[in-house]
Amino acid sequence: MTQIRRISGGRIDRSKTLNFTFDGKAYSGHPGDTLASALLANGVQLMGRSFKYHRPRGPIASGSEEPNALVELRNGARQEPNTRATVAELFEGLEAKSQNRWPSLSFDAMSINDRLSSFLTAGFYYKTFMWPASLWEKLYEPLIRHAAGLGSLSKQDDPDSYDKGFLHCDLLVIGAGPSGLAAALTAGRAGARVILADEDFTFGGRLNAETLAIGSDSGADWAVKTAAELVTLPNVRLMSRTTILGAFDHGIYSAVERVSDHLAVPMDGKPRQILWRIYSKRAILTAGAIERPIAFENNDRPGIMLAGALRAYANRWGVAVGDRLAVFTNNDDGVRSALDLQAKGINVEALIDTRANAATVNGLRHIRGGEVVNSSGRLGLTSITVRMANGGTDIIPVNALGVSGGWNPNLNIASHQRGRPVWDDAIAAFVPGADGPAGLSAAGAASGAFSTHAALQTGTMEAVKALAALGIAAKPIEIPKAEDAPVSITPIWYVRSGKGRAWIDQQNDVTVKDVKLAHQENFRSVEHLKRYTTLGMATDQGKTSNILGLAIMAELTGKPIPDTGTTIYRPPYTPVAMGALGGRSRGEHFKPTRLTPSHKWATEQGAIFVEVGMWLRTQWVPKPGETTWRQSVDREVSATRQSVGICDVTTLGKIDIQGTDAGLFLDRVYANTFSTLGFGKVRYGLMLREDGIVMDDGTTARLGEHEYVMTTTTANAVPVFRHLEYCRQVLWPDLDVQLISTTEAWAQYSVAGPNARKLLEKLVDQDISNEAFPYMACGEISVCGGLRARLFRISFSGELAYEIAVPTRYGDAMIRALVEAGQEFDAVVYGTEALGVMRVEKGHVAGNELNGQSTALNMGLGKMVSKKKDSIGMVLSQREGLNQDDGLRLVGVKPVDPSKLLTAGSHFIAHGKSTVAAHDDGWLTSVVFSPNLGHSIALGYLKNGSARLGERIRTINLLAKTEVEVEIVSPHFIDPEGERLRA
Amino acid sequence: MPEHRLKSLTPLGHDKPKTTTHGPITITEIVDVALASLAIRRDQAKAFTMAATAIGIPLPEPGHYKANSTYRAFWLGPEQWMVEAPFASHEDIVAVLRPAFGATASITEQTDAWVRFDVVGSDLPTMFERLCAFDLRRHGSGSSTRTMIEHLGCYIVIHSDEKFSVIGPRSSAHSIDHALLTAAKSAF
Repeated sequence: MTQIRRISGGRIDRSKTLNFTFDGKAYSGHPGDTLASALLANGVQLMGRSFKYHRPRGPIASGSEEPNALVELRNGARQEPNTRATVAELFEGLEAKSQNRWPSLSFDAMSINDRLSSFLTAGFYYKTFMWPASLWEKLYEPLIRHAAGLGSLSKQDDPDSYDKGFLHCDLLVIGAGPSGLAAALTAGRAGARVILADEDFTFGGRLNAETLAIGSDSGADWAVKTAAELVTLPNVRLMSRTTILGAFDHGIYSAVERVSDHLAVPMDGKPRQILWRIYSKRAILTAGAIERPIAFENNDRPGIMLAGALRAYANRWGVAVGDRLAVFTNNDDGVRSALDLQAKGINVEALIDTRANAATVNGLRHIRGGEVVNSSGRLGLTSITVRMANGGTDIIPVNALGVSGGWNPNLNIASHQRGRPVWDDAIAAFVPGADGPAGLSAAGAASGAFSTHAALQTGTMEAVKALAALGIAAKPIEIPKAEDAPVSITPIWYVRSGKGRAWIDQQNDVTVKDVKLAHQENFRSVEHLKRYTTLGMATDQGKTSNILGLAIMAELTGKPIPDTGTTIYRPPYTPVAMGALGGRSRGEHFKPTRLTPSHKWATEQGAIFVEVGMWLRTQWVPKPGETTWRQSVDREVSATRQSVGICDVTTLGKIDIQGTDAGLFLDRVYANTFSTLGFGKVRYGLMLREDGIVMDDGTTARLGEHEYVMTTTTANAVPVFRHLEYCRQVLWPDLDVQLISTTEAWAQYSVAGPNARKLLEKLVDQDISNEAFPYMACGEISVCGGLRARLFRISFSGELAYEIAVPTRYGDAMIRALVEAGQEFDAVVYGTEALGVMRVEKGHVAGNELNGQSTALNMGLGKMVSKKKDSIGMVLSQREGLNQDDGLRLVGVKPVDPSKLLTAGSHFIAHGKSTVAAHDDGWLTSVVFSPNLGHSIALGYLKNGSARLGERIRTINLLAKTEVEVEIVSPHFIDPEGERLRA
Repeated sequence: MPEHRLKSLTPLGHDKPKTTTHGPITITEIVDVALASLAIRRDQAKAFTMAATAIGIPLPEPGHYKANSTYRAFWLGPEQWMVEAPFASHEDIVAVLRPAFGATASITEQTDAWVRFDVVGSDLPTMFERLCAFDLRRHGSGSSTRTMIEHLGCYIVIHSDEKFSVIGPRSSAHSIDHALLTAAKSAF
């Protein structure tokens, strides 16, 4: 189809043609076009169906405020719903589809809703789906969900990447119209760091849509010249295709930059969009103004637009939306639209002006004191009905109508952080109040200064003021001669005529009647009005409709508009793709990973890894022929207990604690005593929270007079370090203690089992016999002919065991050396599963028992809490409630029938008691299969547990539907006397 | 150093440091630097400073990095610095520093706690503004700070307009490497 509505002029590149499709039909446009301008140029006004009534709709605006022209862009995995055709840049091969219609845009079966409109009024859902309650979830909700929403998702992974980043500036200028350009130029020339952001792909804002001159240039040319100067200033960053989304604390603004949306496919390595966090010292809102409609019966037909949009399509894009136009206005700017359109050679049939006393406009049919009361046309406008000042009516055949009810300053961002707009009678609109985001001011139309001259003037002056507050002297720019017409408006919100529906919010199909109904049913607060009628919701957030709804409610309640209130906006200013919010954090890069020093070796062995926080730890290392994880784990446990096993324990937190008060510090943070720990010795330590609950456990080794190394559990490495720093810096700044994490500096391996010493003797350069290096000894040694290392004789498995640490870069070589040295002993490398089995067999507590609710007493470690010294948590651990005889105690559990498997999380219920919470005696915390004992074993917290050894009780898991009779035993299943580990 | 038989691996798991180039950016894994944290013990500031001066360790102000001939250092926290020295001569860096500082300092080996990437190229802020909130255009050579890169606490040292170091947790070397390369591709 040819571009039948294309007229001369405009800021498009006619030397190039871009081909695109809409609903499968081929069209053409030019660079500089949006999808909406190109479709209108091709004579296509019908672009969508309304949300509720499926009414045929076309665009009413030419910018991001558009409520109607929502389309699906692209296809396949890149398909994106709810894209506003008015801001979608045209590119070669663009595919667009209409949405929310079936089977086609021109014939939509769901438009039956329109016939049922008298039932589907405001509050329909609230009133209709009340009874019976049993149908809420099964019927009503699925039904409503099915009908809701616009567009469809591809349900495929987004193939594009997104980025995020951080920017800094002295002055952020939001919007690059005349005031924004003037502000940026003022600040840029003064040497301030400036960011000028605009959602459009070209700078100039409304100047591109007007014929107004600035000095001797057209407004658009002035914008080009100004932007060209700004580009030369290294302290100014120009960001087109960048929408400021929201204002946050301390001058931080979020923005989305559409890097690749104007391309069919992003360039290699380039993100589709970038979410920026902008740290600004000051900001100026120069986002212009948004025109508002006047509601009248059937004011939603394709072809009926905001007058300023009609003018923009003609001036900027060289498009006559229709060939027989009319303009309906209550202000002088509507008159300007009519004159601009006429000057473009378009046939303006009538200018209907609600103001009976408006100055006569010559050269066209100026109907003063008239109102448009209705319109006709099935899929597009064919005529309007006008009521004259004398009460008579006239039907005027037109195929486009521009409506202007005045302009609202675009104060969206200024009302973030609950900034309340203030009513300005002179322009009959809200302007930004003084209580908006700190450091943000407004200029130009966004502040209610509507003339071009005022925009330039306020832009430059606000920049001077903002910079002065930062101590930067700036000179106002010389203001070129520009239009400075006063605002002349006689507010009228809707036409009181007819029984049909007059649309306020076209996106949500909210009518004047709906507002009246809300009033009648006493939903009169603006907040209730919004929620009862859905006014101002969804993708456009009521940019063209909120004030209209509010004004009508004000009229109904008999209050002035400012007394009725206004809804304020919140971020984001326009919809943001979820991908942009996620940035690079997706898939395998959702979060960073931490790899252990043995990772490369383990990968070569085909190890199975488990995520522990960010760490990837070896869970088990399968051998050929093993088909289940249990086979691998049983083998690893048995081999360790029978000979020797090796495990990477680098992930445990290591904190280097030094200083002359280090021992005293440890006494205070641990419940047990450490100041008495000898050189070259290790001690198990229990750390309590202030409330007496166990925070973490681990060992601490004394390597020198004032040098200790604390180990923490893997999960608590960071929290414990943070806690210690808090203690050091805040609680006891007088102590001489220095801390630093060394978790990653050392690759640490546990070597456990009866042959552990024999294995290590092959690698360690020093004597590590039982006499030279007894249980709980530690020291600095060397391995493999001289590499400095640390050795700790500690055991988590209950076996003769050591932990050996080497600088991490040698961690890979060390695991290989250990494995090689272990070959003669049939050594295994075991993972976290085997580690877990052995610690349960030995009765050691771990994460499941350190659950943030349990005390040392609960764990059977009550005697470790020393009363001879003060330590964090000592006092509150003595609370009566935590020390009752029938409190929970750690016990061992085994099934009476060894063939029965226990289930973790099962609760203890005594025989003969019903399975209710009142009879709950505790629960199984950790369950494993012990290959050494040949049956399931568990640790658990049981009420009065230490006095119930030998008792038989049921363990019941209602979720897993299991019940097993068990016997309560000591938690030390293996080597209760500790002979092995001292061997 | 003693001739032991264990072979070292780079943080990225290779025998040799990895270098990646994208457009104007070159990212190189640095492994020939030994690190130690150096903290003043109570009431030892004067003696500590004298010891540092004697051995030639600079003690830069907060937010700064300073290089002398053998030693370089950046500020970690109040009365605490990270000291860099050539790995070949300072593999056991604590053993080298301890005699100089005696009981005036707490010294902890940090060499293998970190992975360092040197990023060389023009217009580095355009790449790094995609990585961290550090205002790189306001800080020139000799600046350093701790900042978050991809959820990881990292240090950035600005050696010159065309050379930055990123020093991050060693176990996450792959994640940091990926983040740097992705940012370079996004920027250039």
